[in-house]
Order: sequence, then structure tokens, then C-alpha cells
Amino acid sequence: MERPLTQHIRPGKEPMTLPEYEEAGGYQAVKKALKDYTPKEIQDLVKDANLKGRGGAGFNTGLKWSFVPLGDDAPHPKYLVCNADEMEPGTFKDRVLLEGNPHLLLEGMITAAYAIRADVAYIFIRWAYQLSRERLANAIKEAYEHNYLGKNIQGSDYSLDMHIHVSAGRYMCGEETALLNALEGKRANPRAKPPFPQTSGLFGKPTIVQNVETLCNVPGIVVNGVEWYKGLSHSEEGGTKLYGVSGKVKNPGCWELPMGTPIREILEEHAGGMQDGLNFRGLIPGGASTDFLVEEHLDTPMDYNSITQAGSRMGTGTMIVLDDQTCPVAMVENLEHFFAQESCGWCTPCRDGLPWTEKILHAIEHGVGQMRDLDTLSAHSKWLGPGNTFCALAPGAVEPLQSALKYFRDDFERHINEKRCPWR
Amino acid sequence: MPTIYIDDQPYEVKEGQNLLHAVLSLGLDLPYFCWHPAFGSVGACRQCAVTQYQDENDTRGRIVMACMTPASDGTRISISDPDAIQFRENVIEWLMVNHPHDCPVCDEGGECHLQDMTVMSGHNYREFRFKKRTHRNQDLGPFINHEMNRCIACYRCVRYYRDYAGGDDLQAFGAHDYVYFGRKEDGVLESEFSGNLVEICPTGVFTDKTLKRHYTRKWDLQTSPSVCQQCGLGCNTIAGERYGTLRRILNRYNGQVNRYFLCDRGRFGYEYVNSEQRITQPKISGSQVSGEEAVASIAGLVKDKTRIIGIGSPRASLESNFALRTMVGANRFYSGMSRTETRLVGLVREVLQQGPARSASLLDVEQADAVLVLGEDLTNTAPRLDLSLRQSVRNQPLQEAENSGIQTWNDAALREYIQDKKGPLFIATPAGTKLDGLATGTYRGTAADIARLGYAVAHALSSEEAPAVKGLPAELKRLAATIAQALKNADRPLVISGTSLQEETVIKAAANVAWALSSPEQAADICYTVPEANSLGVSYLADAGVQDAFQAVQKGEADTVVVLENDLYRRAATSEVDAFLSECKHVVCIDHLETRTSGASEIVLPAGTFAESDGTLINNEGRAQRFYQTFVNEAGAMQESWRWIREVMDLNKHVDVSEWESLDDVFSAMLKSVEPFTEMSDVAPDAQFRIHREKIPRASFRYSGRTAMKANVSVHEPQPPEDPDSPMSFSMEGYSGHPPAAFTARFWAPGWNSVQSTNKYQSEVGGPLRGGDPGIRLIEPTRKSTPKYYRDIPEAFATRDGEWFAEPLYHIFGSDETSSASEGLARRIPEPYVAIGSAASESLQLNSGDRITIRIGEEQYTLPVRLYAELPDGVVGVPFGLPEFTGFALPAWTQITGAEDN
Repeated sequence: MERPLTQHIRPGKEPMTLPEYEEAGGYQAVKKALKDYTPKEIQDLVKDANLKGRGGAGFNTGLKWSFVPLGDDAPHPKYLVCNADEMEPGTFKDRVLLEGNPHLLLEGMITAAYAIRADVAYIFIRWAYQLSRERLANAIKEAYEHNYLGKNIQGSDYSLDMHIHVSAGRYMCGEETALLNALEGKRANPRAKPPFPQTSGLFGKPTIVQNVETLCNVPGIVVNGVEWYKGLSHSEEGGTKLYGVSGKVKNPGCWELPMGTPIREILEEHAGGMQDGLNFRGLIPGGASTDFLVEEHLDTPMDYNSITQAGSRMGTGTMIVLDDQTCPVAMVENLEHFFAQESCGWCTPCRDGLPWTEKILHAIEHGVGQMRDLDTLSAHSKWLGPGNTFCALAPGAVEPLQSALKYFRDDFERHINEKRCPWR
Repeated sequence: MPTIYIDDQPYEVKEGQNLLHAVLSLGLDLPYFCWHPAFGSVGACRQCAVTQYQDENDTRGRIVMACMTPASDGTRISISDPDAIQFRENVIEWLMVNHPHDCPVCDEGGECHLQDMTVMSGHNYREFRFKKRTHRNQDLGPFINHEMNRCIACYRCVRYYRDYAGGDDLQAFGAHDYVYFGRKEDGVLESEFSGNLVEICPTGVFTDKTLKRHYTRKWDLQTSPSVCQQCGLGCNTIAGERYGTLRRILNRYNGQVNRYFLCDRGRFGYEYVNSEQRITQPKISGSQVSGEEAVASIAGLVKDKTRIIGIGSPRASLESNFALRTMVGANRFYSGMSRTETRLVGLVREVLQQGPARSASLLDVEQADAVLVLGEDLTNTAPRLDLSLRQSVRNQPLQEAENSGIQTWNDAALREYIQDKKGPLFIATPAGTKLDGLATGTYRGTAADIARLGYAVAHALSSEEAPAVKGLPAELKRLAATIAQALKNADRPLVISGTSLQEETVIKAAANVAWALSSPEQAADICYTVPEANSLGVSYLADAGVQDAFQAVQKGEADTVVVLENDLYRRAATSEVDAFLSECKHVVCIDHLETRTSGASEIVLPAGTFAESDGTLINNEGRAQRFYQTFVNEAGAMQESWRWIREVMDLNKHVDVSEWESLDDVFSAMLKSVEPFTEMSDVAPDAQFRIHREKIPRASFRYSGRTAMKANVSVHEPQPPEDPDSPMSFSMEGYSGHPPAAFTARFWAPGWNSVQSTNKYQSEVGGPLRGGDPGIRLIEPTRKSTPKYYRDIPEAFATRDGEWFAEPLYHIFGSDETSSASEGLARRIPEPYVAIGSAASESLQLNSGDRITIRIGEEQYTLPVRLYAELPDGVVGVPFGLPEFTGFALPAWTQITGAEDN
């Protein structure tokens, strides 16, 4: 099985140096793109491959790039920003790529930057990812030395500068427009769209923000083509995907598998199933801001479309598993605590609504909940929807809440009626 | 014109608006917090939710924010859709989660936008049973009170303070439900426009600290439409009184002048009306007498008309000045400004009247797209102009952003797209100004050199006609060319200058530039600042200044003087005034506050301040505006100055003033006598005006349970005083609808108790008031083409050995006479100092804080030094008009006689 994203990662060892990576076939994409393709052609390639954004939104990447103005009249400088601010709870897949093979990311970034004729690239990296930052900095240094960055890359007329920016540490910066504001030195509040970053992005100039994993997919597509990419997966959505599992399973981890691998396979074959003595209760498939799925959904393929059909979102593709000895109310309280704390404070429903849900869940978990609290929680699930709030943080925050109320309502009612947490 | 459908009803709306603006302009009610007509939409609060439908068949719709949705042709929305209503109610409920139950003790109560929107939303039951988050408050200085628990995080304060007003010491801190709006540390808010926070903030976070010291509820105030008297711009205000004390000043919207904002001097500089320094009773030789006695005494003195002169005042109303002029005769009436200033203001009038450039209003300034400022430190000499200029520098970048597809109301997106780009702004002053940060280029020089630069710009624009400047250094030639180019390429270029540097040639140079920019098709804009509320007005009535008055007495042409609302010690050298006052046989002074002049006067009469008088003023634009009395002050015998003078004239019968019963009578007499004034006959309806036979009330309507008007004295209701001068009543009785704009004593509409109710008085929110903005422009240029360029170009400034040329430096807090006697504002007035440049600092070995002795005029002063690095060689800066630091003319050559051991 081909693993284009992780094939060169050597667990426990230093990542490949640039010469090592080149020897193994790395940076072919850059050379090929610059030599054989126009920027527009790269865009079409990526679009046809149906590469979907791996940051959680699942938008067609090539299509996203096509909105950047090209040509002589385009405003400059243009920017490519890599969103390495991986802070979705339960998600650690980008870290695997960053620590494991930073050159793959660089290769993807340079190719993508060429496709939109960006002048400057930034890697916006999570504060806590210090080892990743170190390894990226080394890789960038090497890339400059080997003429993959800087002026006239590989003798072409294309030049690109790349910088690392370390985030000050808030989840909100993972939202692409809030990231841009943070990068500009402003408060990390999101922006309204339209205008989209392709029109007015970093410093008001055309910008593309892309997830780490998405960019790592690009070199493979450019070198091997659309058919190859589509052939990697079982589903309409091509390529491979990094899937992760955490929770009380025997073998929590991260694996590169064909896109569309069924949940059951990931859970049982790769994660080894539940730990002894524990039973499966449910899981959230794509990080904290996705809906619970339960037993009946386990045969669903893990691709964007199928998971949406099942009533959730694939998000980042890293699952958090709930066992039958862990209190669902406490789990949801923990998640809402995170979201309430990470709210940027810009819009009313998220800023003032999420802490209320957290306080209610805390009360329920500590045996002082009331039945009417469940109505309040449902109301919040209903009203903190997309369009009602300014960005997607609050709608994401209520996904585990609304699905927990749907699938684990009995547990909530027990807490309230018994005036205690039955699991304690 | 696009048509939109609201609840299936079609409405025609203006092109390019967002739905919230359109809905409000239609007169419909939709709640909102973070949107503001002056700085557009950001979509943060989520309060203005409506349901939008794809087409007629879409019955489900989805919730959108009206402020962020274009009101484009065919848009279909519902305000009354149950989901939208519920969501709007939810937003209030969320805001109430942390909002404290402060209403009974909160200053904002009764004019609180949050209260209004809460009622409008229908939310009334608290589900939330947990603890609320609280904050620590900061001491932000003498003007603004800080109570952060009440904050609903609408972000208006920082958007206004930072984006609109250019301040940087107020910011948002923290995140989630703990966001905090304040300073990095406790301290005085630095922006000169911090006071607008009290109206911008929709709750009681930022409130008027001066009001707090004598707090009263809005509904207990008696209010009237007034005009700020603290500088020459004439911003419209609403003054509020209770129990005989003036309580606070609020902004009164005028679409052409101040619009939504005031400066801090105007907003907080009213407390002198309540000051202990008030002259409350007539006095003869220091002893209190009755009004009749005083008037009789004066009448006796002025019996011989040939011996009396009158000195008027640029801070008194036209009517009061005219009355004095009538009493003494036009050839014995003096403007009350110094001789120099009288000439300068007269020159300003001449330029504006001549044309072709036209006098710019504050709105015109906001809309200019390239500006040259010659000689004025606007932030201190005409503060509200600074705020307008800050908007004007966005105009060219905004125009360039037109092809981005970003709507003009999409505030955050436009600011992001434009980044720091600014249109051309050039500032030429002796010392640095706060607006320098916005400027494309600055020039530091004395008035003479600034004038030379101006003349050079005009010559670069019109080399055939406007005179060239000989001997201009190459660098200045280049700067002049750059400025000329920028102005020429602009659509609406503007030149700003004024009288501050006391130099004619600066005014003339500015005229040349504006004239060179004008064409028969389009007159360029020119804006001159003048120091006081009626400088321009009084200049119509007299062209001789105080020094001319002194001369008249010296020559024996007169021996009795009546001084109207003027402290002569601020107009001339101390020794000159001393000599004059002792030479005069009799000195009569009519004023509001005790001054050196009133102290040296034989007879003193108590004048009513703006809050106790009605009158007409002409601002720097040439706009005649009427201010109305707020209350009758019963703590003393004060009345309008013109009434005192009328009483004297009535006794003497030199002039027939039997017709002079009310303001209208004096006003029409004045219009008959002063030809240019006939243009302002419509400045406001007269005192006979009624609406449905009702007067216009000064107090708000109360349905029940109203406290007696003078409950501090007795609960029995006295008969309210009569008002012969206006159609307004000193009570709540009268027409409770919207009066003509000139009589707007308060902004209020059902359900809109806060200042947002201003929306209901405009046909288009953010546009003119219904019926037109009040005030009448008196001056339109007569020439349309072929200007008569000025040719007197001054010599370049030359330093003098052992002497330092002192240019005046102005202070928003301190340079104005009356506001400086206001309690809160007085704390912001700097101590006198001397500013030196970096060359002087080196040669004299002086640092900031060192003390030196300097001879200015006749006196020596020992003062601390301030380092203003950019001051040119040989030039020092001396603050103008600070309390007890007057009595010398500026500019002046000075000598530094000693640097104390530091």
C-alpha cells in the first residue's frame, strides 16, 4: 500500500536531510512544476485530483486556488500560508508530518506557492510544537542553501521567500482569517467572508491558507498525476489520509491509509480495539468539534461525504473514542470547557453562550443539574449554528453537545435525577 | 434605486447600503449594537438578525445579519419571522448573562441603548442562574468613568477610539467572556476626543465623570439646543440643567458641522457656568447693588454719547455685540479682539467673500481627498477639525478600493484592504502636531516661512498668475512642487489655515493656493480657523481692535468704556491694559466670570453664559447658528448682556429700544442695520412659532410621577419662567413630537431613549436632519474665476543673535478662556513652559525639565523647558492663553536671560 505522506518518516530518528530526501525522490514536484507546468495547470491538476482540504473543511483545494488573481495585473505581494496551528483537541496528525518529514511540507508549499505565484510563504505554527519548529527551521535553511527557496528557484524565474511564525497559542488562530489577523500582529478575531482571502488576505493581499496535510498531498499529485492519486483510495475522494485514534483503545496512534477506509477497520485493525474490560460507546470522528457516532455507524467509510451522510463531519480524521466506563457528560463538559475558553470573544452567541453550556454541564456532572437545563443545552445547539455566529468555532463546539444529547440522553437524565455522576 | 422586500412589502432604498442601514432609514425598528453610522458594520454583536429568503418560494429562509448583508435589488427579508425574533431575543439573553443588575445605580439608565434593545427584543426572564464575571475598573482621568462589569463587548469603543479617532491607549485585552476594554494601566485617556465614548458606548461602561459629580437622570434634565462656545467651529450641542446647575453637554447632530462627535474641550468645558468665579450680582466699586441701581448708574455715565466707547467680544453673541454697538455708535465700537486679530479675521472674511474658493464645512473637510494645512495645530486650535481630517485621509485609498468589490459599509474588510494607505496630507507648522502621524509630509518653520511655502505651492499650481517666491531653498521648492502635484491630482483638494500664528501672509498664501486650485467649473475648498465662537461674527460689526480703543482714550477722544464679555488682559500687553483702565474715568464690565478686567472695573454686571442666554453666532465657516437658553439662573441677577445694555439705552432714550422686547426684536434690528446679515433671517423660526398651537418643551414629557421643577427648594411647583425669546417653554408642556431641527432640545423616539434616537430625526441615517441641518451659510464667494492673487510675500525668517523668536503653541485644555475655569478640564491644563528645539537644546545645554528665565514682552518668567526637537533654529514655543500666563503678544522676539542651575 502506498504511503506517499509518511513513507519517508523514520520513527524515533531524525528526519531526512534535504540531500537524503532528494535521493529518495523528494523535490521532484518542484522541479517538474517549474519546468513543465504553468501555475494554472498546476491548479487544474490539483482540482481534478479532487484533493480536499485536510484542515477540516474539505473544500476542493485546486478550486480554492483558482480564485487567486493571476497575471500581470494581480496585486503583489501574494502569500501562501501554511496553517500549522493544529489545536483541534484529539488531533495530532500534522505534528506527525511536521516532525517526521518537514521537507515534504516544504515541497508541497513551494509547489502550491508557484501555482498561485505567491511571493512570500509563512508557516504559522502552534506554539507548543517546538520540535516541529526546530526541524522546519533546519529544513528551510537547507532549502535556501539548495536553491529551492529564495531567488530564481532551480534556475527558473520564480522566487519565493519562506518564514516561520510561532503562534502565541490560541485555538482561534487555526481559523484561517483569524490566523491572518494574528500573523499581521492584530487580535486573533476572524474576518467576515466575503471578501475571501484570495481577494483580501494577509495585509489585504491575495492569500491562500492551507492545512499541513493538504499541502503534503500536493507533490504526489504533481509527480504521479490524477489517476494515480485517485487510485490510492477506495472512494470518490482520492488520495490517502492520516487517521488517528485516541481514547481507551489498545493501540492509540496515527496511520496513513487509503481515503475512505471504514471506521471499524481503523478502530479494530490498527488501533487494536477497546482495552480489555471496556466496551465501545461512541466516538467523535474528526476532533472535538464533530458529532458523536455510535455502534451503528462503525461500517461507515471515513471520507468527507460518507461521514456527513452519517450525521457528523470527518473534520481532521482523528477520532476520540468514548468507552462505557467513562462519563459522557464529563467528556462533553471537558470539550465545552475547551471551546468556551478558546472563544475569541468577538461575537455574542459564542462568547456568552458557550460558558453557559459549560456551567450547566458542570452543574449536571456535580449533581446539581435540572431538567430544564437540557432544554437550555438543546437551545444552544440549535441557535449556535453556522451564520448565526461569526465563525465556525461555536457551531463546531455544539456538535458533540447536540449528538451527546441525542445518543446519551439517558446518562444526562440519570445525573439530574440521581443528583450525582453515576460513574464516580 | 434598488427595491427590497421586508415581510413581503416592497421598499425603495438607496444604492449601496447594508440592510440594517436601509431598514433604519425607512423608519422601521431593528435592534443593533456594533453598527454605527459613522463607522459602518463589522457583524460582531449578532443583534440585527433577520431572516433572508432566496425568492418568493423560499418559505424557510435563513438567519443573516442585516448589517452585513447588502440591500441589493430583489433582496427579501423578514424582520418578524419567529426564528429571527427568537434569535434576537437570545442575543439579549446572552448579553444579560454577565450584565450586572445595575440599572438603578447606573448613570446610563434612561438613555441606555442596551435598555432600549432589551425592551425591543422582548427578553424579560432570567434563565441563567450561575455567577457573573466581573472586572476591575480603571481610573481613566477626570472625564471618563469606567465600569467594566457592564460591558457587552460590542467593540464600539475601540473601533471608535482607535480606528476613527486615531487614539492608541485604549484597547481590547483578553479573550472569550473575559475581554476587557481599557488602558494598559490606569491613566488619563490621551485622545482629545475621548469624551465621545460616553455616547458611543451603548451601556454604562464609559460615562461622563463630570456629570457623575452632579448626577441627574436624563428625564429630570431641562435641555435646550445650544452651540459650543469654546472654539471657532460652532459644534452643535445639547446642554442639560437641573436645580440651577448645568449638568452636562451632549452632542447635537448637525450633518454639516460636528455630526456625531464633539471634542473634550467642548464636552467637558461647561462647568465654568457653575463656577464659584461667576459674577452673580451687579456691583459698583466692589459693593453689591440692585440691577436698577447699576443700570441707572451706567445710564448716567453714558449720557454724553461722545465720551463713551464700547469694546465688544468675539465670545459674545451677535445680539449682545450689536446692542453695545447700537448704544455707543458704530464708530465707537471695537471688536474686542486685538488690533492684529481684528485685521486677520477681517482678512479671512475678505478671502471667503471674494472667492473663487469656497468656505468648507466640517463635512466638506471629511470629504476632501488631499489637504494642505498652513500654520494650524488643528488638534489644539480647532479640535473637531482634527477628527474630520483623520477621515479625509482615507478618501483616496477608499476610492482605489472601489474595484475590490468590498462594500463601503464593510468597515473591517475595507480597513484590512486599505491597510495604512493614506491620501495626501501636508502640514506646515512651527512645532510638531498630533496629526503629523497621518501626514505625507511636514514642514517646520516660522509663520513667514510657512507663508513662503504656501506662496510657492500656489505658484507651482499657477505659474503664470500666482507670484513666485524668490530665494526659496531647493528643498522647499521640491516640497512645494510635491504638494502642488498632490493637490492638483485630487478631486476635492482642501487648504486649511487660520489666525493662530497671527500672520497675515499665511492667510494670504492659503488663499492663493485655494484660488489656484479653483476653476470656473469647480471651486476648491478653503477652511480658516478662527479662535473664538464669534470671531467671524463680531468682525462684521467692527474693524477696529482693542489697541485702537486704547488709542482713542489716550488721545482724549473718550473717557468711559463699556467692556462686553472680555478680559482685556488676554488681548493686549499688561502695561497697556493697566494704563488704559487707569486712564479711563469710568469702566463698566459685563461678563460671566470674575476676571482681571472685571476686578478693575467700577461697575460690573452679571452676564448670562450660553446656558442662560439665547443668541446667534457665526462660526469659522461663516455659518450663522442660534443657541438657546437652557435655564433661568435664579442664583443671581444674570441675564443676557444685550438685555442689560437695552435697559441702559431705555433709560437714556438715546436710541429707541422700545421695540426691543425679545431676541427677535434685537435680531431684526440687527439685520436691518448690517446688510450681509439679511441672509440669515431664516436662521431659526421666531418666538411666535408654534406647532399645533403648542410651544416646544425643554423638559421631557413625563406620564406621571414627575418631581417638582425645584424640588431641592420646595415640592410646590412654581410657575415656570416665560421665554419671550424662543418658541420653547421652560417646562415639559408643549409639542411632544419632533420640532424643526433648530429647536431639537433632545433626541428621543418611542422605544429609543438613547442617543441612537438621532436616527429617527434623519431621513437617511447619517444624512442631514429632516428639514435640513440648522444654520445658514452666510458667505458664498462672489468671484467664480480669475482670482486676484495676493502678492505680499514675506522675507524668509532670519535668526537674531541673543534673541529667540517665540511662536505661540496652543492647548486644547488651557488656551481657551472660559472652559479653563471648568473643574474637570482644569486638571488637564499644563503648567506654563518654554519649548526649545534640538539646536537650542545643544547650544544652551538644556534638557527637558530644566528651568530657564525668559523675557517675553514686558516681563520675565522662570519656566521649565520642554524639548520639541523639530522647532526651527532660533525659534522657541510659548503656550498661548494659559490661565495667568497672558498679557504678552505672540509671536514675539524674546531673550533667554538665565538658565538656572539645574
